[in-house]
Amino acid sequence: MARQTTPMLSGWGRLSRPGKEVFSEDLKALSQNAVLSRGLGRSYGDSALPPPGHLEVATTTLADRILSFDETSGILRAEAGLSLREMNRLFLPRRWFTPVTPGTQDVTLGGMVAADIHGKNHHVEGTFGRHVRAILLRVADGRLIECSPSQEPELFWASVGGMGLTGHILEVAFQMLAITSPWIYEARETVPDIETLAAALKDAAPDWPFTVGWLDCLGKGRGILVRGRWAEAKKAPSDPPPPLSAVTVPFELPNWVLNRWSMRVFNIMTYYVQGSSSGKIVHPETFFYPLDKVRHWNRIYGRRGFIQYQCVLPWAGGPDAPQRFLDVLGEQRAAAFLCVVKDCAEEGQGMLSFPLPGISIALDLAVDARTQTLVDRLNETVLAPGGRVYLAKDAFTREEHFRGMEPRLDAWLDVRKRWDPELRIKSAQSVRMLGDSA
Amino acid sequence: MKVALFGGTKGIGRALGRLLAEKGHKICLLGRNPEELLASSNDLRIRGGTLHTMGTAICDLLKPETFAPALASAEEQLEGLDTVIVTAAQFGSQPELETDRERARELLIVNFAHTVTFCEEARRRLLDRGGGTLCVLSSVAGDRGRKPVILYSASKAGLSAYLEGLDHKFRSKGLKTICVKPGFVKTGMTAGLAPPPFAGEPEPVARDILRAIERGTPLVYTPAIWRYLMMVIRYLPRFVMRRISF
Repeated sequence: MARQTTPMLSGWGRLSRPGKEVFSEDLKALSQNAVLSRGLGRSYGDSALPPPGHLEVATTTLADRILSFDETSGILRAEAGLSLREMNRLFLPRRWFTPVTPGTQDVTLGGMVAADIHGKNHHVEGTFGRHVRAILLRVADGRLIECSPSQEPELFWASVGGMGLTGHILEVAFQMLAITSPWIYEARETVPDIETLAAALKDAAPDWPFTVGWLDCLGKGRGILVRGRWAEAKKAPSDPPPPLSAVTVPFELPNWVLNRWSMRVFNIMTYYVQGSSSGKIVHPETFFYPLDKVRHWNRIYGRRGFIQYQCVLPWAGGPDAPQRFLDVLGEQRAAAFLCVVKDCAEEGQGMLSFPLPGISIALDLAVDARTQTLVDRLNETVLAPGGRVYLAKDAFTREEHFRGMEPRLDAWLDVRKRWDPELRIKSAQSVRMLGDSA
Repeated sequence: MKVALFGGTKGIGRALGRLLAEKGHKICLLGRNPEELLASSNDLRIRGGTLHTMGTAICDLLKPETFAPALASAEEQLEGLDTVIVTAAQFGSQPELETDRERARELLIVNFAHTVTFCEEARRRLLDRGGGTLCVLSSVAGDRGRKPVILYSASKAGLSAYLEGLDHKFRSKGLKTICVKPGFVKTGMTAGLAPPPFAGEPEPVARDILRAIERGTPLVYTPAIWRYLMMVIRYLPRFVMRRISF
């Protein structure tokens, strides 16, 4: 006989807690009285998990209709559950692309607004929020509010990057970007350390819309600088990019598979295999979403689960701030995998938007008994020069650390309180980190 | 193709409509809610990327008087009609239907009597035009009476029998009848249920259905594994069926 067990739910990092997804094509009905909305569950920690005492979250993925698209202006309006994968499949061949993309296409439009996602082109296009023209929100008292930079601007900018805590995002209208071809021209080179990488990212910024760095923070600290731009129509293949095949990690691997040594081997191989190329045309999915080629790659971390730690260190903190951060990582003997470095420009208008002018560092860490201490140490290192962490990745940051990092928090909390005085909309993360009552 | 799609705003019908639109077919959506119809037809038009207008017509499985006008309107908007697809239906779990007699009566009428009435109207119109394809979603549930879905199974068993008979009689006259038997598919209709093993997604199911329409396959199980699962279930002896809760 089937036993009655509590259903469990987790973010991409697979740290689970009691929770259950409720699906419907009808977001207006689904969002009535819901405690939280959830998209494709790609936030790593507890952003899209229900707060203690609640079980159900409203998952938007069945509400994925495109409501309008203007071929001349490029403005697209769709229901919040539309995935970026679907948008790319439909619009890349027509030479339209999202102005800002994260590192995976398995995110929803609603999630892109809620996390105010950024990408490799932050130094050019800013965060996704800059390109959002309007959103339809179900606020806590049940009303439907259309808001935009000119209509209820406070609610709008509190919702851009507000992690879905100001209201349920039902519809999003945003400006698509016209591209010269759906292919990418890419150039790579190797760099000896993070300081050189940070300088190289800055140097490349005026000429390259897309820049990203990868760092081997287990070995010698060397890395790869990757730069890209949309290929010119004449130099790109005339065919649209074909669908790429993907492999699937079929089950949870044992915890020991991913360890310091296997990660080192992987990093050394990456350095030599992908290190440098003088410039070539690549598939846009290979360029933007290399990890999407391995479905369920989060299973390689095994039962223990993992977190991604992503922070931004302001340029004002001095050129050696990134190295100091890596030193703390080394002192804690943290086995950090897949360290990605990005250049961030101006802070967005979203009241809790993550990027600020500086260098963003993201690394994956398997969870163990020392993770809380490690995150505390890293947070102190980030806090000192005025940096901050990315809520969509976070699972361990303490309330006092987040408050220290986020001078804009009180203003945001004021707006949230005005629209939701009883704090009916909340998440496991908001209870853990913003002090919401469970 | 010129397709009247009844139930294309949600679930498998939505996925099938998108597939048809992307292949450049003309579609008229039939359904009961005008706003939903409009939103879905816009979605199809944008996805299709063509200048085809996607039509809409009000049609409600609870109201048989809407069937003929809806199909007439579809014929007019599409300037012809060669394919009618029915994905609309009701679902109810057995405990729910056992306690709510009115819901049970409605489900039996909608899924069987009214669906068949709609198909009769579609059959006449397609035959008048010299033939075409009538593709209707029944269910694997109709293959055997089972404890968790007795009434739903019964409504779908009746529908499957009707569709088979129709195909026998009219295929030689140019009307292909296609009975689709989806297994468990993750859609809004089944959102409250725990997905069993072999649960399918709407997009691959829609691809299977389109292939059956293109080839004129009279009976299709989708996902395909359900053909074999149901073969086993059909031959399970009664004393076993009484014991298991499946």
